[in-house]
Amino acid sequence: MPEHTAAHDPGQDGGQSHLSSGPGRILVAVYAVFAVAATGRSLVQLGTDPDKAPVAYALSLVAAVIYCVATTCLLLGGRRAWRVAVAACSVEAIGVLVVGVLSYVDTALFPDKTVWSHFGQGYGFLPLVLPFLGLAWLRRTR
Amino acid sequence: MNGLLTVVVLAVTLVAAIATVVLIVRDQSPPGDRYFALLGVLLLVLLVQAVGGCVALASTERQVEGVTFVAYLFTALLVVPVGAALALGERTRWGTGALLVALLTVAACEARLDSLWSVAGA
Repeated sequence: MPEHTAAHDPGQDGGQSHLSSGPGRILVAVYAVFAVAATGRSLVQLGTDPDKAPVAYALSLVAAVIYCVATTCLLLGGRRAWRVAVAACSVEAIGVLVVGVLSYVDTALFPDKTVWSHFGQGYGFLPLVLPFLGLAWLRRTR
Repeated sequence: MNGLLTVVVLAVTLVAAIATVVLIVRDQSPPGDRYFALLGVLLLVLLVQAVGGCVALASTERQVEGVTFVAYLFTALLVVPVGAALALGERTRWGTGALLVALLTVAACEARLDSLWSVAGA
């Protein structure tokens, strides 16, 4: 019988179980890079001189966790992962906007940089674009 | 750090990136043996750079941020096989696109390595 069922994920909705296929592949790759970059940055910052810029370093850690969660959810796929990914991307979008504005307005709060400072300037402004690309992709796979 | 080696890494990365773009445009997947041989060459050069970079770091008088420097050396090395794995798991132009992301990451790492090294310069 030539039945083409979703062999490896029978109970799931087709779109949501393939968050990492098609354009999602590129998204996973970019998120993975940022997960590593943000985690590395926050570990180095907290490991070397945590008292220098506590707010910035805490936010670096938050960003790192969010990138890791988003990467994992995109790779896992499925309904629950989709929901968590939407939450992660939303927090990420708010985070990069708020930190971006604050880093210009209240420079005293950020004596050292985070991934999200100046709207992700140190990373080619990708952190600013990424959450919206993520949300757009999640919308398409809804 | 060996500046010539950085140039070699960037040159091989550039050639690989061009090959990747050609693959994406032609919607060719999976990439062929010659393509993976090129990635192999890149990996080899990155491995030499990682080892050489650690040796240079250990023997330099410069105040280089050691942990960050080593992290970038090994990120550049590891991102290529991860990108290849992502590409092999999705045999479309999007999968090949993940490899392009990996190669761009190598270039970004090289730029950061260079600035970390020269900022700490005498």
